[in-house]
This record gives sequence, structure tokens and C-alpha cells, in this order.
Amino acid sequence: MSRKSIRQAINEALALEMRRDARVVVMGEDISGGMGAPGEQDAWGGPLGVTKGLMPEFGRERVLDTPISESAFIGAAAGAAATGLRPVAELMFVDFMGVCFDQIFNQAAKFRYMFGGKAVTPLVVRTMYGAGLSAASQHSQCLYPIFTHIPGLKVVLPSSAYEAKGLLIQAIRDDDPVIFFEHKAMYDEEEEVPDEAYTIPFGEANLTREGDDVTIVAFGRMVQFANQAADKLEKDGISCTVVDPRTTSPLDEDTIIEMAEETGRVVIVDEASPRCNMATDVSALITQNAFGALKAPIKMVTPPHTPVPFAADLERAYIPSPEKIEAAVREVAAA
Amino acid sequence: MTSKSAASEPGTSKPAPAKRKAGVSAPPKTGATPEELLEYFRAMLLIRRFEEKAGQMYGMGLIGGFCHLYIGQEAVVTGVQAALGENDAIITTYRDHGHMLASGMDPRGVMAELTGRRDGYSRGKGGSMHMFARERNFYGGHGIVGASASLGTGIAFANRYRGNDQVCVTYFGDGAANQGQVFESFNMAALWSLPVVYIIENNQYAMGTAVTRSTAQTKLYKRGEAFGIPGQQTDGMDVVAVRDAARKAIGHCRKKKGPYVLEVLTYRYRGHSMSDPAKYRTREEVNKVRSERDPIDHVRELLIAGGTADEAALKEIDREVKALVTEAADFGQQSPEPDPAELYTDVLMTL
Repeated sequence: MSRKSIRQAINEALALEMRRDARVVVMGEDISGGMGAPGEQDAWGGPLGVTKGLMPEFGRERVLDTPISESAFIGAAAGAAATGLRPVAELMFVDFMGVCFDQIFNQAAKFRYMFGGKAVTPLVVRTMYGAGLSAASQHSQCLYPIFTHIPGLKVVLPSSAYEAKGLLIQAIRDDDPVIFFEHKAMYDEEEEVPDEAYTIPFGEANLTREGDDVTIVAFGRMVQFANQAADKLEKDGISCTVVDPRTTSPLDEDTIIEMAEETGRVVIVDEASPRCNMATDVSALITQNAFGALKAPIKMVTPPHTPVPFAADLERAYIPSPEKIEAAVREVAAA
Repeated sequence: MTSKSAASEPGTSKPAPAKRKAGVSAPPKTGATPEELLEYFRAMLLIRRFEEKAGQMYGMGLIGGFCHLYIGQEAVVTGVQAALGENDAIITTYRDHGHMLASGMDPRGVMAELTGRRDGYSRGKGGSMHMFARERNFYGGHGIVGASASLGTGIAFANRYRGNDQVCVTYFGDGAANQGQVFESFNMAALWSLPVVYIIENNQYAMGTAVTRSTAQTKLYKRGEAFGIPGQQTDGMDVVAVRDAARKAIGHCRKKKGPYVLEVLTYRYRGHSMSDPAKYRTREEVNKVRSERDPIDHVRELLIAGGTADEAALKEIDREVKALVTEAADFGQQSPEPDPAELYTDVLMTL
């Protein structure tokens, strides 16, 4: 056990699974870097260094730099998975789904069902999401609601280093196609993480705070912001439960409903664009199943329905912040 | 809706006049043995009779949804299958019944899938376009044009990674050849020297658009040139020519020389699907191919001219094949509908 960043936790999860299982291969653009060039081998190790060190240990047969051809290598990863390999493909930014979505939602997601249960597709697609690095409109989106919409995919949103390691190992051992979302503004965040391999099951929400007054349901990076808001509110006598669903598909509906019923006051925090996102989905879930227990209207904290802006001040205004969450909780608590 | 021109397919009607005249006295020269020719005749006839029956059942409302018949193209999969090793993989698009039968899948299971029944290969959840049989190394019929290219490239990658000498034969059509992921896949397959044969079944029409109207360079076997992938074009109405070209292509991959593009010139007699208006080409064009280049009549003529079989023997084979197809059709109609609970199963392996 030692303090590790999310970057280290993910790297460690990949290395542990590659040591354990020769069927695991990783592929993506610049995940090693320097392939065939006279410069440094493993020069890049992924755009933000997450996969650095894998190539020297496992070699180029298992750590594959791909051409900038997402259709081809995500499709190839799906095809290889159908034969029994366990590829972990890196889609550098989830915004690039536009050039390989067919391979994910029409191919990998459908094999099991449309082939009558005969196909197994143990594919993991790791991908970066989220605003906060001034990466502008085409490199900052969340988009996980789109994947959540597709039956046949599992969608994972780790909220910390401990969560990232356990959920990624689970993803690699899982026999279904899994989309694993890594927030690009969180890679340096640290916490205590065991050195050995461990798994966190999908579809089991985690309560990061437990309180009596308001239930906050938050996703991915927003769990951390919700925790910060909850800690501040606690000092003012408003105690919150924070629910981290961990996976949007499968979704732990029971825990969300139960926690909504316990306090009767709900705030949902989602960094994805507000129309048809997880906040609207969870809001519908709660109103359908726990309407009688609600003491106040549900409040959603989301970005505005705009593309993600570049300028730092505009981007700050765009992202749901701990302050916005705090204000929403106060409103719901007072209603 | 069945096409009006369905009534007399070559192979079903009285012997079509032999247009490829063999030598009058000497048996025609071919690289195949009489036994092989008989085997190909039977295999192609099975596909044709199966497809005729499927078309008929579609017209009667016993098969629904999309249904893309392979009639006219039988020599392609039959020739390629004859060149495959036991463990080589196959993946294709949605015009896939012929590929399934050629790979040895049970006609009863295929028909029961067309009718959407419990005993279909996909338990009634895939239909005409979506069946999968790992035990036959058949990795599916896929409905999105071009998708088989990247998936097949991945199957080839897995074979290379495992260090075996298996080849993946990846079929798609002249329409799919214009999809971007095909070019991306070519580049990656060449870069990684993957054992994949891309077979472009050029049946001249992408739905209703002629290849000359959709494609700047109509010599599709040249599509790999920019990536250093060798290519060859062959007559897809001649099963032995297809087999020999496929042997060469597969041998290239087996020797770890990287991918290969094989363009097979063929022709589909029926529409793109069952709802094809059939107005983009003339009936004369279709009839001309059927009477002059039919792949089954071609082998029939070789067999008779070579003295391997007479009309009566070939009729007997036809009777046996028809019995198999009738059995499959009965099976497809008698198999129960899927259990209603099937709606919810196999979305994921584990919840």
C-alpha cells in the first residue's frame, strides 16, 4: 500500500493483468511512441504518460502503437476479442468516437445478442474525457451517456486512484465489452492504493459520504467535487450522502433509489451535457420509484447545453464546481 | 417479395445451352480432378437450392426482415473454401448464407435462423445477416458495409499474435471497397504483416449503383497497391479459377508475407435484397450472364464433357441436394418460436 496517482494506478492495473494473462494486449496511438524511430523507445507512453513502461516490459508484440486509424484498430481489437484475446484499446480522447463508433456500438456491443449468445467479446476501450485542461470543444466532452444508451456495453467512470485500479482490473477480466472513462484532469490525484491486484465489481455503487439531509448522486470527477461540497456543508450542519455509482451501465438502481428515499432530497451532478445525460436518467429513475419519499424537487447540476469553451474563465464557468453543488444542496435542503 | 425472374434459374431448368464449348472430342482441361469437380458441383448446387427455397419462403411470408440472396455468386465461396485450411477463419458481410453453407454450417440451423426460430444459429435473434459459428471458424455475417474488413484484420492479428499459421479470409463487396475503414485496415494489415486475404466479391452493383458509377478505379484488386499489398483479379464464375487464385492468396499469407487482395468478378442474379426494384439493369443483361456464364452450368458441362457424370447422375445429386434443402425448410418452419424470455438474455455475459 502506498500513495499512487490515478495515472500510476491505471498503469499498474495494466501491468499486473499483462503479467497474469498473456491474452491481454494493449494498443493505441502513441501508447509507447518512438516505434521504429531512432529516438528514444517508449518515448511518449500515451499522450499523458499513462502507458509508459509497458513496452519495455512486455515488448512491441503486446504493446502496439497503431496508426491514427481508430476505425481499423478499434475494429481489429473487437475482432481479436471475438477470437479470445483480451485487447485493451486506447481511444485517446472519447471525442474521437466519431471515427470509430460503428466498431463499438454496432459491432462489439451487438455480437453477443445478435449471435444468440455464441460470441464472447472481452474488449476494453480506455478513453479520456472531461473538461478542465483548456482542450476546447473537440477534446473535452464527456459523452458517456451515449455509450450508456447502448445495450451490450459496460460503462465505467472511476472517481479516484483506488477505484481506477480495481475497476480497470475488473474491466480486463470481464467478458463483455467495457468502455473505461478516465478524466484527463484527474491523472495526478493521489490516494492510498494497494500494490497487489484487486477488483471492484460493476453495478455496485459506493457511498463516499453518508449523511441524513441530502443525497448527492455524482459521476466520475464530480464525485470528488461532491465530496468537497459535502465536507463544507457538514460544517454548516447540512449532512450529505454522496453516491458514486462507479458504472453507468450496469447502474446500481437499488442503491440510488434507497439513498434518495432515505433523505428525500436529491441533487444529481453530471459533467455531461444536460440533455439526455445521466442526471436526467437518474432523475427519472428516482421520480418513478421514490416519488412519494421526495420532500423537494430534484436538482440537477450540469454544464450548460453548449460546447466546451477554450478560455479558462469560460471553461470554469462551464464545469459544475463544488460551489455550484453546494448552492444546489442548500436550495434543496431549504425547500 | 420475390423477383419475377426467379422462375427459371440455370441449374433448375432444362440444361442451358453450353456456351463455353469444350473441345468436341478431348475432355476439357481444368486444374481440378473429376472428384473435386463433383464436390464443387454439389456444394454450389446446395447454396443455389437453399437460396431459391429461401426466396420462395420469403415470398410466402415465412421469412421476414432483410434477406440478401447469393444466387449467381456460388463459385466464389465454393472455390475459396476449397483452398482453405481446416483452421482458417472466415468473416463476411450480410449476403452470407452461401458462406455459412460453404463453411459446413448446418443448413437446418441456417434456415431456422432465417425463419427466426429457436433452433436457428442465433436462436432467432440475428436473422439472415447475423450468424456465428466458432466451431466452423465462421466469425459472422455483419450488417454494416465495410465492418468485416477491420474485424477480419483483428482476427488475423490474433492469429499472428498466437504464432499459428492460420489465415483469416475477409469477404466484402465492391460497395464496401469504398468505405474508409477498409483503407485503414489495409494500411494496418500491411504495416503489421497480418495473415489476411481480403476477398472483394465484385458483383458489379452496390445495391443499385453500378461499380462504374461509384468507383473511380474499378480495378479493385489494385486497391492495396498504395500499401504494398499484392492483388489479383479472377473470374468468379469459374470455381476452379477462384480456388486456384485463393490458393495463391492464402499461400502468400501462410508464408507470412502479409495481406493479399483478391478481387473476384461475379454477378448476383437476384436483387440486392428482397425489396430491390430491379430497374437499374436490364433483364437482358441478367439473362445473358445466366445463360453464358453460370458457374453451376459451367461445372456441369465440364463433368459431362469429361465423362465424369451423365445427366442422370447430376440429376440424382440435385435430388439429394433438394432433399437436404427441403429438410432444412421443414426444420425452419417446425422449430418453435423463441421463448419470450429470450428478449432479455445474452445482452451481456454478466450483469
